[in-house]
Amino acid sequence: MQPQEEHPHVPGPSVWPVGFAVGVVVLLVGLIISWYVAGLGALIALVFGFLWVRDLTAGTALAHAPAVEPEERVSAPPLQADVTLPEEPPVERYPRSKFLEIGTLGLGGVIGGLVTVPALGFMIAPPFLNQGTKDHDIGPLTDFPQGKYVIATWTSDKSQGEVSRRTAFVRYNGELNNQPSFTIISNHCAHLGCPVQPNGPLDNKNTKELADVTLIPTVSIAGFGCPCHGGQYDTEGNRTAGPPVRALDRYAFSIRNGHLFVGKPFSVSSVDGTGANAKIHKWTLSFPGEHVNGIESWLYPIQPPH
Amino acid sequence: MAATKTTRGEKLQETILYPVDWLEERSGLVGGVKYFLFRKVPGDTNWFQTLGAATLTAFLVQALTGVILAMYYKPDPTIDPATKLPVAYESIQHITNDLWAGWLVRGMHRWGASVFIILMFMHMGRVFLFGAYKYPRELNWIIGVLLLAMGLGEGFTGYLLPWDQTSYWATVVGVNINGTAPFLGPFLAQFLQGGTYINADTLSRFYAIHMLLIPGAIFALIGLHLYLVVRLGVTSPPWSKEAAGKGPIGNGKVTTGRSGLTRFGTRGRR
Repeated sequence: MQPQEEHPHVPGPSVWPVGFAVGVVVLLVGLIISWYVAGLGALIALVFGFLWVRDLTAGTALAHAPAVEPEERVSAPPLQADVTLPEEPPVERYPRSKFLEIGTLGLGGVIGGLVTVPALGFMIAPPFLNQGTKDHDIGPLTDFPQGKYVIATWTSDKSQGEVSRRTAFVRYNGELNNQPSFTIISNHCAHLGCPVQPNGPLDNKNTKELADVTLIPTVSIAGFGCPCHGGQYDTEGNRTAGPPVRALDRYAFSIRNGHLFVGKPFSVSSVDGTGANAKIHKWTLSFPGEHVNGIESWLYPIQPPH
Repeated sequence: MAATKTTRGEKLQETILYPVDWLEERSGLVGGVKYFLFRKVPGDTNWFQTLGAATLTAFLVQALTGVILAMYYKPDPTIDPATKLPVAYESIQHITNDLWAGWLVRGMHRWGASVFIILMFMHMGRVFLFGAYKYPRELNWIIGVLLLAMGLGEGFTGYLLPWDQTSYWATVVGVNINGTAPFLGPFLAQFLQGGTYINADTLSRFYAIHMLLIPGAIFALIGLHLYLVVRLGVTSPPWSKEAAGKGPIGNGKVTTGRSGLTRFGTRGRR
């Protein structure tokens, strides 16, 4: 070390203040969150503060540290001689400037991360969390005549209002094994999501309005067609023409107290048969335009949580 | 008489130049601007080489009109109970029909968007046909491609904001096209619309992306783009008679190796 009389005592590099600072931060955060966290922060700050102070006082009169300058230091200068810096303390293998550089960059990175990561998470995470839709009452079973489609629209989330309005084509298929059977086809075209329209006349006069639900009966439907790019589907939602890559999506349903509830939507590759006896090839809900089966579906191995 | 005139003229000049000198002494900005405006370019530059500056102008028009439109626009999809119309759609109608010169500023922004996109493609075509993307300007081509992507993103996000049937369904289709990209497509689509479907947050999300996120990135990238243009110099046209690399090298600045491609010509002030 430098002779004490020439230079004031300069403490060596120390990592303790980092822990001390973390402790103070935890303490301050704890004041907002909970007393336990504040206590933890105080403890961290105290421990690291003690270590720091001990470090600072080492080698000064405050701490009667034994002079740790044995022969090895005397032997060191010849090694340093060719660097022509004999004044340099030979044991300093890790210079202060380097420590400060890495410390500044590292701390800056940590602080930047602490600010950026939650903000970016807030931008990215919410679209993927709590995406499920609740079952929605779309009216008494008597509103759905057997073998005819009824166009049902409802707002799936009251707090969001009109923007959450969904439309489905609902058909009562009669009973299957003593249980009522319904076909509920989503109006989202399997090409790129435009609203498909029923191919056939509507019975607008008998439109029913129940709360946020509107039911428009149809006279007779030959299938569905999309106005955007001409995709065509049969009455079961199977693609018959145009660009769609699969059949129309469907909704699960349940019946409570004589009312029909639409449940979770799911994707369908194709439907064999018709009505109550149809065999539905069901897949997890996928975005329009995505293949759900066949070799093209390998392009979409993971679906975001819906 | 003449002497007094000169003195007065000099005094006047001094008075006028005083603030400029004041600024120059403290910031060097005047010199910087002079360097940017009066730097040397090849003697046979072409009118086609003004397309980049035209694109920049179109972008600045978009930025200015966009900032002003933001003072009146409301990115709110909820239905106004009084009119049964969405608030966002109403605010656009208000801008267009009620406010003084609102139709003009909205029109500038709406048509200027197309001008901006078209000019970007024309500028890109010029750079391609002149071979100006070659060494040492590859990086500027890459930045330009990023700018093009950002510009198209502006077009996509801005299209939703009027919140009418056209914009809604165009956005549904656009988001779902994004969704068909392999592997991460579905995640991108869900990120863009802020959920499985277009929802109450989608409009403000698009608005924020349209007026804050992408414009910030565009400004930063334009800064880099221009820095590289000034640093590397302007390409001469392919039909230039002076072979690239043989012209006089200005300022003694670019001297090493093949950097002679950044040839300095005779046009412009020394």
